[in-house]
Amino acid sequence: MATEAPLSAKQLSIGYRQGADAFALASGLNCSLHSGQLVCLLGPNGAGKSTLIRTLAGMQPPLSGELLLDGRPLQDIAPRERARAISVVLTEGLPMGVMDSYALVSLGRHPYSGWFGGLNAHDCERIEWALHAVGASTLARRQVAELSDGERQKISIARALAQEARLMLLDEPTAFLDLPRRVELMGILRNLAQREKLALLLSTHDLDLALRFADKLWLLSPEGSLIQGAPEVLALNGQFAEAFACENLDWDAHSGSFRTHPEPCLRVQLSGDGLERLWTQRALDRMGFGLTESTSDAAFALKVDPDCWQLELADGAIRVLDTLQAFIEWIEADEWRASLSA
Amino acid sequence: MTTAIHRPAPRRHQVLFALIGLGLAGLALLSLCLGSLHVTPLQVFQALTGGESIDPVHHQIIVDFRLPQVLTALLAGAALGTAGLLMQTVFRNPLADPFVLGVNSGASLGVALLLLALGPSGLSLTDGLTGSGQLLRILASSGGAAATLFIVLILSRRVDIMSVLIIGLMISYTIGALVSILMFFSMAERLQSFINWSFGDYGNVSWEQMPYFLPTIAGGILLSALFIKPLDALLLGERYAESVGTRTKQVRFFVLLGASLLAGTVTGFCGPIGFLGIAAPHLCRNLFQTNQHRVLFPASILVGALLSVGADLLARGPGLDFVLPLNAITALVGAPVIIAVLVRQRQLKRLF
Repeated sequence: MATEAPLSAKQLSIGYRQGADAFALASGLNCSLHSGQLVCLLGPNGAGKSTLIRTLAGMQPPLSGELLLDGRPLQDIAPRERARAISVVLTEGLPMGVMDSYALVSLGRHPYSGWFGGLNAHDCERIEWALHAVGASTLARRQVAELSDGERQKISIARALAQEARLMLLDEPTAFLDLPRRVELMGILRNLAQREKLALLLSTHDLDLALRFADKLWLLSPEGSLIQGAPEVLALNGQFAEAFACENLDWDAHSGSFRTHPEPCLRVQLSGDGLERLWTQRALDRMGFGLTESTSDAAFALKVDPDCWQLELADGAIRVLDTLQAFIEWIEADEWRASLSA
Repeated sequence: MTTAIHRPAPRRHQVLFALIGLGLAGLALLSLCLGSLHVTPLQVFQALTGGESIDPVHHQIIVDFRLPQVLTALLAGAALGTAGLLMQTVFRNPLADPFVLGVNSGASLGVALLLLALGPSGLSLTDGLTGSGQLLRILASSGGAAATLFIVLILSRRVDIMSVLIIGLMISYTIGALVSILMFFSMAERLQSFINWSFGDYGNVSWEQMPYFLPTIAGGILLSALFIKPLDALLLGERYAESVGTRTKQVRFFVLLGASLLAGTVTGFCGPIGFLGIAAPHLCRNLFQTNQHRVLFPASILVGALLSVGADLLARGPGLDFVLPLNAITALVGAPVIIAVLVRQRQLKRLF
């Protein structure tokens, strides 16, 4: 893994000022972004993810601490030079009016172009490369207002890429996208980090994708501390669970995801295997059932085979259903509850 | 792939620029020819080139009355189109223009104060001002315009896009009330001259005022033209603009200074002229299908001038004995344009 760290923070305190008062969201942060690495910034709402991103991008002054870009204090670097080193993708909307994608992406060349913003051959090459890199070449002449959310997000990333900066900071780039689009976007970003040796930081609420795609996770806790590490390490040592702990949500270290209903009131003795069993178990999970090994505390026993859901109720009655749909409908009909009281 | 995407400035833009330029030249010529006394284009040509054969009366009408008026219409339209474009971009508001944001009112307050101050000395608003008086008028109206614009800017940072328009309107009303109070204490003939001024008239600028009017407008346009690139960046919003290296505070200050100078000077000399500032940039966006200022900026200048010369021609009603208030014409032409654009785009933010 690359070791060069273009951006590093020492004892950074982030937050906002209102008059003479400073409100710190997080303090004592020591972190750095490395070339070729995709870092995912996770944390509950209000923990200060956006503030951290804006501070690292130099768009908002830190309350205290040191922020170094290539060893120089970030606030001493002129806007134009900073723009050549750091690009951003923000949550705020892009202009919607009459502007095509190419024109929007070309704004990323501003740190390089002359006084009137004319584009030379290298600029055009870079714009086309950026559009191609995010798979949006065909969108170049489309009006930005006509694009879907996913397409617009790609254009937004292409604009940042056109800036030819070694660091890219993205604030929730996957929000408002459907799952396939999110996966696609994360794949694109990880490839960019690796191929182009970019240092990428993105904030997201998508824990699952962050675990799968990030080289490193930053967990910003509500208390204002930053936990860093490889995703697998944080998942294994429980810090991941800790950062997101709340009453109705339970970290399942086996599946690497959070689950609701940690304490089921009814249990099912489930047997069988294959995909049918897996998805039957998911259905039971969702409807609030837990699993048990013994028949004594089971509400009913269920044996799953292809095309056969065989139920043995507490009162000894047997039912056989031939589809998962039929099984779910049977559970939802609630008739089986009668067998419990018997 | 590379060749498919890359496209130089579309030929369509060149054709449009040529058509608008020709239209402007045609209208200007028509404006010189038509009026209470019709002259032929040939006579206009002779008058302008100082030919010997022309009737001195015709020469006087063309050179001393019509030419400055057409030139004023052209410059005022260019100035208002530019000012409208600048304000729409800086406020990120498609309906911003000198009239809507109360800049005209600010300028008129400046003029009213000046009028009241000069009142006792017996000078009327448009005639007889000395050189320093002309400069004073530019200062008063531009100062009033700038003060209003920066107040609206400060307030607009706290509210959304629609509220800015309402704040602008309220400021207009407030200043209008102040102006009314000032007028109440004015002498009757000052009052009449103020009312005439408020109708809007390009005839106010004669060759005497031109040496002050023209350089100020040209200066304002040149100053603003320096910021074509950062204006593009501002389309993304301030944060994005800063992220590509734009010094937004500086840019905003100088751009609004330019806009105040343009809108203020036009208002000071020709009266508050509405709708050109909104209509010209919108027409340009629709015609050129782009938001890039290196196209929109010259386009707004030309289209603003075109609309302005056209409105002036209509107001003077060729063949009629009277002159309609210019403001009424720009409103009659401009307001439907804005309504049509809004209805067609349905959503306010999509305009921009």
